[in-house]
Amino acid sequence: MKPIRVLIAKPGLDGHDRGAKLIARALRDAGMEVIYTGLRQTPEQIVAAAVQEDVDVIGMSLLSGAHNYLFPRVVELLKEQDADDILIVGGGVIPDDDIPALKEAGIAEIFTPGTTTTQMIEFIKTNIKR
Amino acid sequence: MENLIQLSLKGNKRACAKLITLVENYPEEAEKVLKEIHQYTGKAHIIGITGPPGAGKSTLTDKLTKGLVDQGYKVGIIAIDPTSPYSGGSILGDRIRMQDLALNTNVFIRSMGTRGYLGGLSKYTKNALKVLDAAGYDYIIIETVGVGQSEVDIVKTADTILMIMVPGLGDDIQSIKAGIMEIGDIFVINKSDLFGADRTATEVNMMLDLSMNMDRRPPVIKVIASKNEGIDDLIAEIKSHIDYLKESGRLIERRTKNLKLEVVELIESELRKIVITHTDSENRLDKEVINILNKEKNMYEVRDEFLGGINGKKD
Repeated sequence: MKPIRVLIAKPGLDGHDRGAKLIARALRDAGMEVIYTGLRQTPEQIVAAAVQEDVDVIGMSLLSGAHNYLFPRVVELLKEQDADDILIVGGGVIPDDDIPALKEAGIAEIFTPGTTTTQMIEFIKTNIKR
Repeated sequence: MENLIQLSLKGNKRACAKLITLVENYPEEAEKVLKEIHQYTGKAHIIGITGPPGAGKSTLTDKLTKGLVDQGYKVGIIAIDPTSPYSGGSILGDRIRMQDLALNTNVFIRSMGTRGYLGGLSKYTKNALKVLDAAGYDYIIIETVGVGQSEVDIVKTADTILMIMVPGLGDDIQSIKAGIMEIGDIFVINKSDLFGADRTATEVNMMLDLSMNMDRRPPVIKVIASKNEGIDDLIAEIKSHIDYLKESGRLIERRTKNLKLEVVELIESELRKIVITHTDSENRLDKEVINILNKEKNMYEVRDEFLGGINGKKD
């Protein structure tokens, strides 16, 4: 069976990737192939990597506060590439008030502090579009 | 699928990526795709980059690719990292060292997990390679997993093999052992600003001087990939190796030999399927294994019985 492929990305100017690495590890242990691209990625780089790697999911982690621009920008670029079948989730320090607009923009789910890795894995497994 | 193939041949990256997914995961579709693209393959030059974990294979791949792209070539990269034998998952982190390449229109990078395959590649690396070859990439770089001493499958796949070494990984006895040290076409001492680089280079040179039956002695070159030093020399050596392969007829020889192995493997895997499905009704294999354990039979008798079953079916 084809393993689920996930791109874990750190968009923008945010040098903190403990969380992203932890998630990558948890998804690996759940049997997924996790592509980690490193820090400070532009939305363009994230989308290019997602297209070349043909991932099922993009998970973005952001703690800097620029999520309202960067997350929707990734969705927009994916649409331009006809790759909007990819499931997009986000996580990090995201204020509750921002979440409805992000979901409206096409982010399937936002995982805030306190979410367990099991919840994320379940969400991905039930929501990927195959 | 036909549409994907046409788009990929024209250079569409999304189509190319989708085809790689097909040939990596779905054997029936893979067969159809590979049959269709067969006539477009064989043009790319395949560079294998191998060496121990942490030697700088990804960084070197990044710099080498930039150098080749600057010279006007299109470069495809297949970067392989290990799959967990426990969960089946993997962390594919080679792209971290290749961030600047993501947006380059002349570069395509694909990460693959080994998925239980032990030779330093993944089982379907060759399939992915053919998709990239057909898509028009001039050079395809295969970066193996970090290897130990005997993961030499890259020999069966690449035209030019770069063996990446770093100072300080052991004494000169390491360089006279069999296996991984015998497969390099070009030896690259990376991190050559570190203490011991000259000694490592000398040891490799001495090892190579002992190999009498070579019509081409592999060069040993020192680079510092992170600082982009020595990369031009490396590209020159790769091109010189390509010239040698072509002029000496070794390229055809090498590819013919590898192709033969690939065909044999293909036949073997099909035979295995036939033996198991045609003769393993009612878990016969499991029962016979118990018989072997209990010393009621030996494994050669069991083999003959299984193969006899196939012959019986033919008649």
